[in-house]
Order: sequence, then structure tokens, then C-alpha cells
Amino acid sequence: MKTNTKRYLICFGILFVLIAAAFILSLYSGSINVPVREITDIITGKSGSLTSANIILRIRLPRILSAVILGGALSVSGFLLQTFFNNPIAGPFVLGISSGAKLAAAFAMILSLKSGVMLSSAGLLTSAFCGSMASMGLIILVSGRTEKNSTLIISGVMIGYICSAITDFAVTFADDSNIVNLHNWSMGSFSGIDSGDVKTMAAVVFPALAAAFLMSKQIGAYQLGEIYARSSGVNIRLFRILLILLSSFLSAAVTAFAGPVSFVGIAVPHLIKSLFRTSKPHVVIPASFLGGAFFCLLCDWIARTAFAPTELSISTVTAAFGAPVVIRIMLHKKKDR
Amino acid sequence: MEKALIYTKSLSVGYSGKVLIDGIEISVNSGEILTLIGPNGAGKSTILKTLCRQLQKISGAVYINGKESDYFRNRELAKNMSILMTGRVEPELMTCGDVVKSGRYPYTGQLGILSENDRIIAMEAMNLTSVEELADKSFSCISDGQRQRVMLARAICQEPEILILDEPTSFLDIHHKLELLSILKKLVYEKKIAVIMSMHEIELAQKISDYVVCISSRGIDKCGTPEEIFTSEYISRLYAISPSSYNSDFGSVELECVKGSPDVFVIAGNGSGIRTFRRLQRMNIPFAAGVLHENDIDYAAAKSLASEIISEKPFEPVSGINIDKATKLMDSCCKVICCLESFGTFNAGNKQLLKYAEEKGYLVNKLF
Repeated sequence: MKTNTKRYLICFGILFVLIAAAFILSLYSGSINVPVREITDIITGKSGSLTSANIILRIRLPRILSAVILGGALSVSGFLLQTFFNNPIAGPFVLGISSGAKLAAAFAMILSLKSGVMLSSAGLLTSAFCGSMASMGLIILVSGRTEKNSTLIISGVMIGYICSAITDFAVTFADDSNIVNLHNWSMGSFSGIDSGDVKTMAAVVFPALAAAFLMSKQIGAYQLGEIYARSSGVNIRLFRILLILLSSFLSAAVTAFAGPVSFVGIAVPHLIKSLFRTSKPHVVIPASFLGGAFFCLLCDWIARTAFAPTELSISTVTAAFGAPVVIRIMLHKKKDR
Repeated sequence: MEKALIYTKSLSVGYSGKVLIDGIEISVNSGEILTLIGPNGAGKSTILKTLCRQLQKISGAVYINGKESDYFRNRELAKNMSILMTGRVEPELMTCGDVVKSGRYPYTGQLGILSENDRIIAMEAMNLTSVEELADKSFSCISDGQRQRVMLARAICQEPEILILDEPTSFLDIHHKLELLSILKKLVYEKKIAVIMSMHEIELAQKISDYVVCISSRGIDKCGTPEEIFTSEYISRLYAISPSSYNSDFGSVELECVKGSPDVFVIAGNGSGIRTFRRLQRMNIPFAAGVLHENDIDYAAAKSLASEIISEKPFEPVSGINIDKATKLMDSCCKVICCLESFGTFNAGNKQLLKYAEEKGYLVNKLF
């Protein structure tokens, strides 16, 4: 018991150090070179030129914070989905939930652009949530008809492709002036997020995370399967509804602000569980949040600096790191049997 | 009846509104084991799942401590009843200790943090099923027998008054079957838990149950004490097996006997013939056995395996009539095996038979 607690503390320590390092790295590097001293001055509120202050406070900092919040949300959402479907490679992206959110959000954007109204972030969030719930509904229908995990995943991937196809179609015929923006968003990116958006996302993501953490006990009981969870007193129906709502909500929040981001939801919880050597939800949920935050910070930093000034889409980078993890999970699973 | 810890009143069970079994009236007191037996697919699991509210009942009621179970809150029911079901659980990265401790769920607060008392109870449960040394081992790396014991410890950890087990001994080897059942017996005795379980091993069900409920494809067929249920006639009817296959005294079964006119005559007695009988059965040779006293263990075996038996009343010397019958049979078989090496006063007639066989040259090597 003691050794476990020690391990958890060390691992949490490592995660905090990594996040801090990635945070500093992201803050101090970018396509426009701002001297280190000036950045420090801006952050501490001492002085600095207006341009530099704008770059740091209006562009870099919101971007970093959104990577932290959304990355964490995405990986917690993945963990919840893996619990719900009892499937290690379930996640918002593979199950088509992100793509559903993207589809709905894209349509909302296009419609609002057409009518000349600026879509508020709350409106965007609502439409993304509706889209993710629609995809989730389809996936649950499929999961009720098949026991096979592979069928479930394939259906999810297919739903994802259909949604992406429709989105791409809509984007192609959208107003010229806004295509670039929409196109960037639909590929997945943390760019273009302002501090107002950060406040909104913090206001929706943190309560959802707290709710997920408060469900740790139920999630822990559910890991032994539905039958034993029910027998130990879990209200299964309520639990499942809450789990679906929370995971859809979290992935909708991410998609609304940053577009679909792949593989974070699968790879991070898996890596966290291997690192902590436990699947206890009251450890894995906060750790997944931190892990997702670090992973997205790092990937975003790579996306914007690797080929600067050209930016990669965030999914390009997350997939490069995340996909091998998924392959590892599948091979590992086969070895167990 | 009304005072029983758990009882049902005209309970109907089934799936999606379709009644599978109705009129279920069972009751169990604390410190008792009730076992459901019956052929596959008769609905034993359906009844168990309904009792623990995993499955919606169709009509009727289940009463626990005099209160209808529908009115129990989830957590309240969990404190009264725990389960061990079939079907593997594959929790990820959980130690056996974690699995056992999950049984404390109904007793912990919102975040599920275990108190010192919870840990002590979990430890005691593990001691009771002797899995304490597995506490830090991963649940996915242990054997089936160990798994069942860990899951039983989990169920005990929930401190139930009623324990529901669905085929707890299936898929275990004989050592682990006996071990699990003795743990169960100890539990019932020490903690006064009421146990309701289903079992396929009728020979073990006969020995552990206080009360037996038989479920056939027609529904609840018969209820009673093991003495009332485990008779050759009834068990063979319930499972649709040949009446001679099941031995009610030992609860053992033999493969079906080879029918037809006997090819071999076996002189046996005092348990000397059982191995030869089984061997002949395996070689698909119909045989006759004699002259066996009805209180001889060979007689019980021959009743299941021989196509013809010549028997004598207990403690009586072999009569002349039986010797005549036996010599006639020997003449028709022309092959005789003698399993006996010495003879006493009561079976002196068998010695006569051996002599007759020797004279006629019927005797074949008894080891063949």
C-alpha cells in the first residue's frame, strides 16, 4: 500500500514537472522571436513592448492554456468511454464522436456566417454537443447489437468518415472568405483561440472533470463489470447516462474550440495506466488530465515550431505519437489471450 | 415460512416479459444452503438473477427480512445480498486485494475511500477463503480456482446476509471444487449466511445442500431435502438419464450399461468386481454378474453396468436355485471371469461355480 502511494506521488510529480517544462518551452518559442527577458517581464507584468505583450498574452498564453484544458478534457473523455464500452481502444475520435461534433459545429458556423451573425462560443459548444450526442447515440445502438469490440470500433471509424465527408463537402461550398478559417478548424488546431474562449472552456471543462472525479467510486465498481457493479449498489442506468453525457460533453467542448484531435483519448489514459500501474479511477482521472495536458502542449509546440512558419494540424502530430500506442495496446491484448 | 430470511411468493421469472418459470415459492433461513439443480437451460440462472435484481421479475414478490425487495434501495440491497456469478471478469491492472475491497462499495462514502475497518474486514474475508497471499498479485495472472476464491472473498467482504452463487464450482478441478464448498460450508456455519446457489455436480449438491429445488423444462419440478430428492428414480427422470446410471447412495454415476445377452459371466463379490465390470463396459462387452449379495458394493455397481445379475438376499448363503441359474448362464456364455480369491461361508456357492467353470474350461484369465 505504502509503495503504491509513493509511486503515485512520484508519477504526479513527474507529470507536473513535464507540464511546467512544456509550458515554458511553448511560451518562449514561436514564429516571432521575442527575447526571453522581455517575455519574463510581460508575464510578471513589469514592462514590454505592446506587440510583444500582445503576442504573449493574446496569442501564446491562451493557446497554451487551451492546449492544457482541452488536452486534459480529451484524455479524461477517452478514459470514460473506455470504461463505458469496456474497450481499451475506445475514444472520442475513433468512435466518431469528435467527428459528429465537428459536423454539427461546422454546420452551425456556416449557417451563422451565411446569416451574418457571429456565432458565440456557447452556441458553438451547444451545436458540437448535439453532434457528439448524435454520434454517441448511433454508437450505443451499434454496441447494443454486437458484443464484438472490433465491430464497435469499425462502426465508430465509419461514422467518423461519414461525418468528415459531409463536413468537407459543406466546407468546400462555404463562403470563400471564411474557408481558410473553417478549414483550419476542421483539421484540428489550437490556434486562433482568445482569452475569452479560454474562460468559457475552463467554465465548462472543469465542472465536468470534477463531476467525473466524483464518479470515481462508481467507475471503479464498474470495472468489475455491470453485474458486480449493480450488486454492490451502483444505479447502473443513472451511471451510464451520466458517463455518456460527461464524455460527450468533454469531447464536444474540445471539438468546438479546437476541432477534432485524434488519438489523445486512447493513448494518454493507456500510458497513464502503465505509468501508474493502476486503473483506480481516482488516480487515473486526475493523472489522465495532466497527461493529456502535457501531451497536447508538446504536440501543439511541435505542430507550430517544427516547420515554422507553416503550422501542422494538431492531429498530424498527435496521430504520429498516438497511433503507435494503439498498435501496442492491440498487440499487448493478443499476448494476454 | 414467513420467518425465513429470504422467501418468494408466486414469483415468475423470464426474459423481456415472457414467463420462463412461474409459481416459484422458495425460502431460505440464515445458516442454510439451498441448491437449485436441473438440466441446462431450465432457468436456474434466471431465477438467481431475478432474486438479486439483476433481472426484472415478471410478477410475484421476493421478501428479504420480511420486506419486499423492490422497496430496497440499491445500497441497502447490496448490504443484504452479494453475488458470485458465472462469466469471467477481466479487470485491468487490478490486484486481488483491489477486487476483494471492491466489495466494501456499499459501506464507503462518495469517493469510495476505505476506512481502517473496511481494510480489516477485507483482510478477514481473504483469510476465510485463504487468498491473503494473493492480495498484491494481479487478478489477471491467477488460476481459475484462485479467481473463484477471490471473488468469493469479495462477496463475503460485502458482509451480506444472503449469498447468491451461480454454478460456483463449474470449471474447477475436483480439488478446488471441494475446497470452495468447504469454505462455503464454513461460512454458512460461522457467519450464519443464507446461501442460494445453482450446481451441476449432483454428487456434490447432495452432500452440501440443506434443501434442494429441482428445475426442469416444465418449471419447478420438486423441492425437498437431499434425502427426498436424490433417489435413483427421481434424478434419472429429472435429467432424463437411464435409471440404473445414477447411484443414489454415493451420488455417483456410471456410463450406460451394454445391453444384450451376456458374453461373459463374472463371479464377484466384496468389491472385487467393480474394476472388471467397468472394463467390460468400456470394451462394449455385455456381461452377467453373480452371485452377488444385495448388500455387496459389487451389487450396486453391477446394477448399473451388468446386463444380467443373479443376486442373493443379504447375509444368506447362496441358494441352490441361484447356483442353477448361474450355471445355466455360464453354459450360454462359455466365458467366465472369477474376481474372487477366497470364499467364505455365505458365498460358498460361488466357489462351487468357479469349480464348475474350471471343469468345463470356461475360465479365462481374469486380467485379460
